Amino acid sequence: MINKVKNFIKILSIFTLIFFTTAQSNSAERAKLLKTDWSFIGLFGKFDKGSLQRGYQVYTEVCSSCHSMKYMSYRNLGEKGGPEFSEAEVKAIAASFEVTDGPNADGEMFTRSARLSDKFVMPYENVKAAEAANGGAYPPDMSVLVKARGGGVDYVYSLLLGYEEAPSGMTLDEGVYYNKYMYGNKIKMASPLSEGIVEYGDGTEATLEQMSKDVTTFLMWAAEPHLESRHQMGFKAILYLIILTIMVYFSMKKIWSRVESEV
Amino acid sequence: MSDHNYQPSSKLGKWFNDRLPLLTLSNHLTEYPTPKNLNYWWTFGGILTFCLVAQIVTGITLAMHYIADSDLAFASVEHIMRDVNYGWLIRYIHANGASMFFLAVYIHIFRSLYYGSYKSPREVIWIIGMIIYLLMMMTAFMGYVLPWGQMSFWGATVITNLFSAIPFVGEGIVAWLWGGFAVDNPTLTRFYALHYLLPFLILGLVVLHIWALHVPGNNNPIGIDIKKPSKDTVPFHPYIVIKDGFALLMFMIVFAFFVFYSPNILGHADNYIEANPMVTPTHIVPEWYLLPFYAILRSVPDKLLGVIAMFAAIFVLVILPWLDTSKIRSAVFRPLYKQFYWILIADVLILGYMGAMPAEGLYLLIARVATGYYFIHFLVILPILGFKEKTLPVPLSITEPVLGGAPNLTTAKYKESFDK
Repeated sequence: MINKVKNFIKILSIFTLIFFTTAQSNSAERAKLLKTDWSFIGLFGKFDKGSLQRGYQVYTEVCSSCHSMKYMSYRNLGEKGGPEFSEAEVKAIAASFEVTDGPNADGEMFTRSARLSDKFVMPYENVKAAEAANGGAYPPDMSVLVKARGGGVDYVYSLLLGYEEAPSGMTLDEGVYYNKYMYGNKIKMASPLSEGIVEYGDGTEATLEQMSKDVTTFLMWAAEPHLESRHQMGFKAILYLIILTIMVYFSMKKIWSRVESEV
Repeated sequence: MSDHNYQPSSKLGKWFNDRLPLLTLSNHLTEYPTPKNLNYWWTFGGILTFCLVAQIVTGITLAMHYIADSDLAFASVEHIMRDVNYGWLIRYIHANGASMFFLAVYIHIFRSLYYGSYKSPREVIWIIGMIIYLLMMMTAFMGYVLPWGQMSFWGATVITNLFSAIPFVGEGIVAWLWGGFAVDNPTLTRFYALHYLLPFLILGLVVLHIWALHVPGNNNPIGIDIKKPSKDTVPFHPYIVIKDGFALLMFMIVFAFFVFYSPNILGHADNYIEANPMVTPTHIVPEWYLLPFYAILRSVPDKLLGVIAMFAAIFVLVILPWLDTSKIRSAVFRPLYKQFYWILIADVLILGYMGAMPAEGLYLLIARVATGYYFIHFLVILPILGFKEKTLPVPLSITEPVLGGAPNLTTAKYKESFDK
């Protein structure tokens, strides 16, 4: 019996393995991506709150001048499993942005300071305006960016650290930069981060690696705001299933002991 | 079937059953004599039923929040992921559920191939199964279009464009499928309507599939006809119910692992980019479960012939009961077929891998050889093998094998002598 189950599991796991390799081969990788110790990987992976808060600072002070995050609302910044800013802090963050609302009773549009329920203010009116301001390249919306790139967080992290001098013999057009990890190695975004471009309130030193890691963590949370509860529920669900499976296994053995055939 | 004479014990039950014999049906299902030597590969029928129900339940829930509009679809999926209570859970179960469904259906199909379950008298079960499989592929394809990401849009464009290969009417058919001159909002809304409809057709066919199964009863690992009910069978309840339940729970653990810990690994990253008709992705790749067919399609240089080859790859499966000329069902007693079976599995896996790679150079060459072999297996090897192969002696019953002792021992003995 045990042997049979073993064989069965063996063959199943071969299938699963093939599954994985084909799934991963879809995201054909070029230069080997840089790795760092992400806190949100693994069975109990959680976001580092400090990193998320710093990452939000990097996003809002640097990235957000070109990149929108149109699926995010200010209220998300205070929600459980995220940066968990206090309510007062989130309100202050929201209030620092202006949004267009209306029409009012007179049929006029008006501006007011943003509320918790408002979506993140976009840097440009529309895609065309964004392209016009960025040499024809649209700075992609960052709400689900890490899920939209093969390699995910490692890719985004590497890209931010992948700016180098173009190898000799490679000519770059005006407004095009060399990046080791970008597809075709040509990117229309200038290296966005530089030492000390932000000053962290919590005293963490704003090195290039630190900022890249923080902002990538923030982007991961933005793409998967329920990651923490998913991991917590997953552990409980799988534990429950394993216990139930063991109980059903012994019930099955008992029931099948009535016939001479093996299960 | 012996259970036609079933009488409910209660008066009310009898009154009701005389008018609608539901209790007779339920008695038939619980008493249904099942071969007692079924192995775990036989549990995937139950697992597939679970998959279908899970897809329908999560799908209906998603439909309550999803908006089928080319401007709003992508945002509505993000709304589900962010703001709907447990929306992420429902959507990840549904998205990974499709993959798990296909994983289970491929195991189910290959089990049938190994043990010859498609052979007389089970041809109709097999054909209904193939129709279900075809509908599953259509449903999955249309479901993949709904999030309106880049792969949704371009996958839909590539696949619908295949019909343009049909001479004379091709272009007209494609415009009719699209509801316009490109994949656009009308395409999305009709795919949504059909994606909602087809699972219920599948459900109906599953009922027919099980009905057709209950006429001859299950095949079994040694592939012989058995007397029912007899010493060779056990009643479906509780024996098979608990065994299927155990296997289902193991399957659910794997399923849960995907849903909770790597929910996006089976999807393509590009589908998190909103559809953009102006930007074509570098590689347009279908979901993993369609890759072997995609490889066959691309390995033929001519578009029309490629489409024909792809559909023929499914059609040879439909007529398989008549292509396989061997009277022996189970591969256990067919030493040569057993080897060709594993070669076929390798061939299909290679096709799947080539489907994910760009169609050029060595990849294309290997895909062509594998495509050729796929058809040779079904159209040449199987028909000839039935006449040429020296099969091993088959036991008379599950409990009374030819030479006494356990059936697998007997087989082992004969295999030894055969190898010499």
